[in-house]
Amino acid sequence: MSIDQTTAARVAKLARIKVEEDALPALAAEFNTILGFIEQLNEVDVDGVEPMTSVTPQRLKRRADVVTDGNQQAKVLSNAPDAREGFFAVPKVVE
Amino acid sequence: MTDLNTLGLAEARDALRAGETTAVELTESCLKAIDAADALNAFVHKTPEIAMERAAAADVRLRAGDAPAMCGLPIGIKDLFCTRGVPSQAGSRILQGFLPEYESTVSQNLADAGAVMLGKLNMDEFAMGSSNETSTYGNAISPWRRGNDDAALTPGGSSGGSAAAVAADLCLAATGTDTGGSIRQPAAFTGTVGIKPTYGRCSRWGIVAFASSLDQAGPMTKSVRDAAIMLEAMCGHDPKDSTSADLPVPDFEAMLSGDIKGKTIGIPREYRMDGMPGEIETLWSQGTDMLRDAGAKIVDISLPHTKYALPAYYVIAPAEASSNLARYDGVRYGHRAKLAQGDGITEMYEKTRAEGFGHEVQRRIMVGTYVLSAGFYDAYYNRARKVRTLIKRDFENVFAEGVDAILTPATPSAAFGLGEMTDADPVQMYLNDVFTVTVNLAGLPGISVPTGLDSQGLPLGLQLIGRPWEEGDLLNTAYALESAAGFVAKPGKWW
Repeated sequence: MSIDQTTAARVAKLARIKVEEDALPALAAEFNTILGFIEQLNEVDVDGVEPMTSVTPQRLKRRADVVTDGNQQAKVLSNAPDAREGFFAVPKVVE
Repeated sequence: MTDLNTLGLAEARDALRAGETTAVELTESCLKAIDAADALNAFVHKTPEIAMERAAAADVRLRAGDAPAMCGLPIGIKDLFCTRGVPSQAGSRILQGFLPEYESTVSQNLADAGAVMLGKLNMDEFAMGSSNETSTYGNAISPWRRGNDDAALTPGGSSGGSAAAVAADLCLAATGTDTGGSIRQPAAFTGTVGIKPTYGRCSRWGIVAFASSLDQAGPMTKSVRDAAIMLEAMCGHDPKDSTSADLPVPDFEAMLSGDIKGKTIGIPREYRMDGMPGEIETLWSQGTDMLRDAGAKIVDISLPHTKYALPAYYVIAPAEASSNLARYDGVRYGHRAKLAQGDGITEMYEKTRAEGFGHEVQRRIMVGTYVLSAGFYDAYYNRARKVRTLIKRDFENVFAEGVDAILTPATPSAAFGLGEMTDADPVQMYLNDVFTVTVNLAGLPGISVPTGLDSQGLPLGLQLIGRPWEEGDLLNTAYALESAAGFVAKPGKWW
């Protein structure tokens, strides 16, 4: 499996990270080094093996589906780069 | 009395309770050492006001005879832990200016146990790195040097600031976190003790997430006894983390008898890597002899899937990171890029994340995005999770055969120089975690114990791996190893 510049650009887009055109060849090369390393996993016989979902055999705890928290609007917004009138503010989303 | 900042937790605790010193004096001594050690770049946000306030409160409790386990003991907190009202950036530019409105469970537990927070410690960005060279704060520097050579060395990573601060006696102990070796590798590089407990022992709530199925917090200390004291204060069930174990926390310190007669220690043949330096090989066999001399039974064991742990890790950890780090979008907290005329929300995300994340973090997010993308999910991510099942099964098999603990090297080399790995490809840096990453994948407890010095005078550590939830037994084996090794070296002060 070899990653070309088009794939690298697509992955950057999916990850929502801006990568300049001239940085793509180096990025694709780094991906290929890492993926080449990962390819070793193909040597392992994994037939009939369950993929791990939880490293400890414990069942996740359940709790009652009730409100446990709230009324903290000011705290929630206190770190926002742009908060107005009690909301997070972002550039226009819909034309 | 010696400089108070050079004490360990147990010694300082005993001195406080005997009335030989006060929490305020201890704290002042550490704050002075911190201010004189800016060259190490270990403490990146100092909190002297909080420290002095907590120290004074601790002295009141001590005088009243109402002192909890860590009352008045000054410690450092890794920048990955959210601390109320104190910068908590995970070593990243994208969280610049972030002031949490809440406190992580682990740092709260420590505060409840009376510990005094001195400040926040340097680390690799989002805990992604093995040398503390990916931090937005710049490199943390090891207090250790190769003989008379003044080349700056790495304290290891990602908990590099924690390791440097403890080794240089800037604090009595520090918190670390470990996703693939980030407590144990820096501990080995700096002659300190670091334990990653069983997955689920410490609550992850309020710790900035890297790879949620692997991340665990743990203490970094000057001795095994100190690790037992601090781990007990850190862990415990937390309803706010659904993976936190609802199990009783034993008195770990009380389990340090040093008696390991009749214990079975496994030596895994797959950890004997090609090209392993002779000094590491020698250290490992010396450690084996020490445990044998202490009465343990030594057996050769096989963990056949060891070789596949690192490649599996470099699928699973980036996949989880790409998902966890999606929250840094420039909307709710942290950095937002300055936008150009006409930029929409997608440009805001892309520019914010390009400016806010460093190179290594961007690379891992994108690798994670790729292995989770349509068409590759089965080939990479699901296959890696199946290999992870096999790696865990390897350990279960040897434990079922009666092995109590496993002894391995902690790292494939001593600390390297800062900048020495700059031109290496990323995989070369990843190899630092070759002996530690298996433990995270299997969710087991692992501890790094300083055991010797290399020919250049740098510390080397051995790792002990224990059965799940048996940190007490593991700490006791580590205590026996520590006692036999008698490691007492300290870095010469140059800073």
